[in-house]
Amino acid sequence: MKAKIVVMPKKTVLDPQGKTVKNALESMSFKGIKDVRVGKFIEVELAGGNKAALKKKIDKACHDLLSNPVIEEYSFEIR
Amino acid sequence: MKFGIIQFPGSNCDQDVYHALADVLGQPVRYIWHKDTTLGDVDCVVVPGGFAYGDYLRTGAIARFSPAMKAVIDHAKAGGLVIGICNGFQILCEAHLLPGALIRNRGLKFICDHVHVRVETTDSPFTNACKKGQVLRMPIAHGEGSYFAEPKVIEQLKHDDRVLVRYCTKDGKLTDAANVNGSLDNIAGICNEGRNIFGLMPHPERASEELLGSDDGRLIFESILQGAAAYQ
Repeated sequence: MKAKIVVMPKKTVLDPQGKTVKNALESMSFKGIKDVRVGKFIEVELAGGNKAALKKKIDKACHDLLSNPVIEEYSFEIR
Repeated sequence: MKFGIIQFPGSNCDQDVYHALADVLGQPVRYIWHKDTTLGDVDCVVVPGGFAYGDYLRTGAIARFSPAMKAVIDHAKAGGLVIGICNGFQILCEAHLLPGALIRNRGLKFICDHVHVRVETTDSPFTNACKKGQVLRMPIAHGEGSYFAEPKVIEQLKHDDRVLVRYCTKDGKLTDAANVNGSLDNIAGICNEGRNIFGLMPHPERASEELLGSDDGRLIFESILQGAAAYQ
């Protein structure tokens, strides 16, 4: 069982890394890019158990450690 | 004033703080190891600069859960003095002892340079030895020092007079050019509601002796020595 977590900077936060990546893509002649934002992907391999309970635990882990809610938002799925 | 300096794996400014406090200012100082569950007999805790836990995941994200930080949180909640410098400021924000967060410098480059900050208020245990509007020259050395908080948090900080220092020109003007990392509102350092916790990105311990190019930073420590009693 794996929790696949995506952590992204909030839209209200300046993402100079994303802008730099956008510039780099455009310098590769890649046209039509409106915006680029760079985040993190975290994979947590779980021993198994009740999915609803695990969902709650992962949500807490995301809120307390894996993301900083001041500057980031997260989403995840458990499969 | 008894000082305690937290040492995390990856802290690298702990010895500079020790030198400034013990050798330059002649104060009793002890180190506190990140695994210690108690601080010992300490009046003021310093969370020093560096790269605690390698800045893994996010700067300060893991350090905030260390046993020593649990003790720092208790100390702070009881009204004890805490000063977080650079990585220390980042850790205090992650620990929710201070609001907001420090994000990547807007120019993406790590900046290691002397900057000027303006003292916005002397109403704190950390700036009472300064004059309002005084310009202090101190070095910064960070890649993630851009202060961010939601607009209503920034408004609250301003309303409560909790922005202690702002990036400025040598003449004390708040310009965008002087704001080298892109912090909102040129914010270089803030305090909490109780005014006992201070976080700042510049390094006062590296500006405590003329020999190092500036001794303006000494005023921050001298403020703690002379004025902290009024806030206890």
